Amino acid sequence: MIDNISWLAIYPEIVLLTMACVIALVDLGVHSVRRTGTYVLTLLTLAVVATLQAMYASSGNTFYGFGNMVVSDAMGNWLKCFATVAMMVTLVYGRPYAADRGMLRGGEMFTLAMFSLLGMFIMISGNNFLVIYLGLELLTLSSYALVALRRDNATATEAAMKYFVLGAMASGFLLYGLSMIYGATGSLDIGQVFKAINAGQIKHQVLVFGLVFVVAGLAFKLGVVPFHMWIPDVYQGAPTSVTLLIGGAPKLAAFAIAIRLLVDGLLPLAIDWQQMLAVLAIGSLLVGNLAAIMQTNLKRMLAYSTISQMGFVLLGLMSGVVNGNVDATAVENAYSASMFYVVTYVLTTLAAFGVILLLAREGFESEEISDFAGLNQRSPLYAGVMAVCLFSMAGIPPLVGFYAKLAVLQALVASGQGLYIALAVFAVIMSLIGAFYYLRVVKVMYFDAPLTASNVSAPADVRVVLTLNGALLLVLGLLPGGLMALCADAVVRALGT
Amino acid sequence: MGLLSLAIWVPIAFGVLLLAVGRDEHAPVVRWLALLGALIGFLVTLPLYSGFELGTAAMQFVEKASWIERFNVNYHLGVDGISFWFVPLTAFITVIVVIASWESITERVNQYMGAFLILSGLMIGVFTALDGMLFYVFFEATLIPMYLIIGIWGGPNKIYAAFKFFLYTLLGSLLMLIALIYLYNQSGGSFDIAAWHQLPLSRTAQTLLFFAFFAAFAVKVPMWPVHTWLPDVHVEAPTGGSAVLAAIMLKLGAYGFLRFSMPIAPDAAREWAWLMIALSLIAVIYVGLVAMVQKDMKKLVAYSSVAHMGFVTLGFFIFNDLGVSGGLVQMIAHGFVSGAMFLSIGVLYDRVHSREIAAYGGVVNTMPNFTAFALLFAMANCGLPGTAGFVGEWMVILGAVKANFWIGLAAATALIFGAAYTLWMFKRVYLGPVGNDHVKALTDIGSREFLVLALLAIAVLAMGLYPRPFTDVMDTSVAELLKHVALSKLN
Repeated sequence: MIDNISWLAIYPEIVLLTMACVIALVDLGVHSVRRTGTYVLTLLTLAVVATLQAMYASSGNTFYGFGNMVVSDAMGNWLKCFATVAMMVTLVYGRPYAADRGMLRGGEMFTLAMFSLLGMFIMISGNNFLVIYLGLELLTLSSYALVALRRDNATATEAAMKYFVLGAMASGFLLYGLSMIYGATGSLDIGQVFKAINAGQIKHQVLVFGLVFVVAGLAFKLGVVPFHMWIPDVYQGAPTSVTLLIGGAPKLAAFAIAIRLLVDGLLPLAIDWQQMLAVLAIGSLLVGNLAAIMQTNLKRMLAYSTISQMGFVLLGLMSGVVNGNVDATAVENAYSASMFYVVTYVLTTLAAFGVILLLAREGFESEEISDFAGLNQRSPLYAGVMAVCLFSMAGIPPLVGFYAKLAVLQALVASGQGLYIALAVFAVIMSLIGAFYYLRVVKVMYFDAPLTASNVSAPADVRVVLTLNGALLLVLGLLPGGLMALCADAVVRALGT
Repeated sequence: MGLLSLAIWVPIAFGVLLLAVGRDEHAPVVRWLALLGALIGFLVTLPLYSGFELGTAAMQFVEKASWIERFNVNYHLGVDGISFWFVPLTAFITVIVVIASWESITERVNQYMGAFLILSGLMIGVFTALDGMLFYVFFEATLIPMYLIIGIWGGPNKIYAAFKFFLYTLLGSLLMLIALIYLYNQSGGSFDIAAWHQLPLSRTAQTLLFFAFFAAFAVKVPMWPVHTWLPDVHVEAPTGGSAVLAAIMLKLGAYGFLRFSMPIAPDAAREWAWLMIALSLIAVIYVGLVAMVQKDMKKLVAYSSVAHMGFVTLGFFIFNDLGVSGGLVQMIAHGFVSGAMFLSIGVLYDRVHSREIAAYGGVVNTMPNFTAFALLFAMANCGLPGTAGFVGEWMVILGAVKANFWIGLAAATALIFGAAYTLWMFKRVYLGPVGNDHVKALTDIGSREFLVLALLAIAVLAMGLYPRPFTDVMDTSVAELLKHVALSKLN
């Protein structure tokens, strides 16, 4: 069974795995405080992997390997490419912060980051329940260790414990649900499961019972209400560089497994899971936005904001199928809207945390909103980048976040269902509430007087990447067509088979 | 690049340039650069007038290119008689604001000037966009620079005002967004406004659309009872911000009624005209009375703006030539007059740092030249014949009488209130003996302030004495619009 195609499907993974091991060894010989050698080598590896993924993705072919265990398709490859780039950016932003806090005494951060990326790759390309589960575990185990990387810090350790306990529970949920479906359909292969359910011979109750647990597990990983409890604590407690690592690229992988499990595998049950997603989305929009208003800690506020943003992603995911009728246009609209949303969300999150990391100095975390007071006077550039992020998250045109919301709302309204249109109106009202707390941070940066007059300085790599990241948000806001078309094309190619 | 694109992007490009390179150490360079940008931005709008073809309601200077292919969104620009005058007006007011803020802004000059230039380009974009989504993007994007202008350079309660401005207007426009998406789906995947004009819609759909648009535009105009943000915002905004807000931003809402609400949902517009007329009359009469009791000059002018914009919406919803053209003329006239009023208050505020009417008295004794200008603008605000303020109000009242005598009577009566609050304020601030030491120490306007006020005075007088160029441009488009609105679109 293991033929050339099979190897071809996982070349990037092989490169990544090999290099992660090599870098772990090489790191033993690196003595620089900032781990420059390891850092450069990691970035180079990731750059190669990202290029490889982009080449796979732009060819647009779909093929399966290892007896349908893994799939290489346009959507997965683009997501992997974006995840790799996001990881590179995360490492660039996070390195000075980590170095100042003694997290670079060994090179674990880089190795663990690469392993978590490998986990994401496996999640994204998994075409089998167990493969997906293994990828997820690889990602989360690496993340637990990363959160606890500052082992002498009490809050970080506490966050790691919470993350571990809740994460393990979520994995248990997911696994339990998957085993139910396995029991009912007799297969772990996503394509087979789809066929078995579509044939209509299987008892609906058993499937829905399994589905509930699958959705709950996914909801944990995406961090949507009511499975969101870990998000604020972990976001706040983890070292900021690790918060970014958890809150950035993995969202792409979580989106991918949602598509793989719910759409590729369980689409015949769409009517059932759509209702669940609707409830989760409403809860997330409500709780995320309302709770964010009360936060004084920026990381915690962004955590709640993430919850509400994921609510939007769910709205996109649930609008693909109307009344159980699978319509190609609706599917394309809905899932490409979600994908665009997730991709732009990650891009925005990277820049926002980039600024937080930049302002943190040795012994000073800069994570309270008030720490940003008068940033505009200290550094117009970084204040500008942060403002662009915040306006984008609030969904104000001409920033990219607006088009993401637009695409999701359009998918909802296009369904023509009264309930969906009502959901669109609800989402819009919630984003008005959301605008308030984003604006409050802008207010602190622009309208308040600075507490310190010190200039903001940044290493050259951070400065360049952060500026590019901010500029990209603006450029994508003026010309969002390309990325939108890319997402639509990827979704069509991936789901067309 | 077409002329309209230039009118939009030249100021924005200069604004971005200022943000990128400006430092407070070389503020003079920044100011001159801003002036250059504003002037070029104004100059590129002049060929629009010479090239504008009268006698056709078709869109002119059309530019069209695909923008977001996936949603069939086009970069589609053009002007007709309805939108034409707002393009040069916006560019003109921007020049005025740049000159007027020359000395009063000393901190973060580049950001201030940059924000105004970008705002100018965005507002021209709103007036010229022929694609629903493009319109929305420009319409919303104006909030960002204005929010920053109010919040950074505003008065003591600036933060409250900035938030109120942003959230209040955002609420309205989000409902419009749903309406736009709905229209996109109904029209089979098009954001083309002209196509929407022809789209048959059921009565329910029209009613819902009408009120969704109403939410966006009524807040922006602002109409009673959603006008409460305007006085708060005006009081706190810096002089330039107030001037642009009153002169141009309010018109975005009124323009929206003509471009979206009336032609897209004509049946609903006719059905609900009584409500619009009632709200407009309340604005002119009740808000006029509210203006009379204000102690703060800026608040008074802000309420007077609400009342004057009430004439505009009144004119639109009586559905005749005189009314709609009158409303449009009133919009332009109010652009000049309210801009001038706020800049006059700014002149006083720069010297005394108070906006209280009671803090002044007898300004004419120390600032005779300035008082002459202020008198002219006050007269224009009351609608004295020969000034810009007269033409539009008179046309609207004539139109209203034609439609219904009692509406016309009510509107005409409101003119008296306008005269009352404006003249009473003028008397208390400018006339009489010197009120206090501050007034005694006042120095008359310098050449820069003279230039600003003189330019506006010329505009106010020119428009009052010879309004033909304005009405000529509008006539055909307005007639066409009314013909369209008179037809039912029910399916």
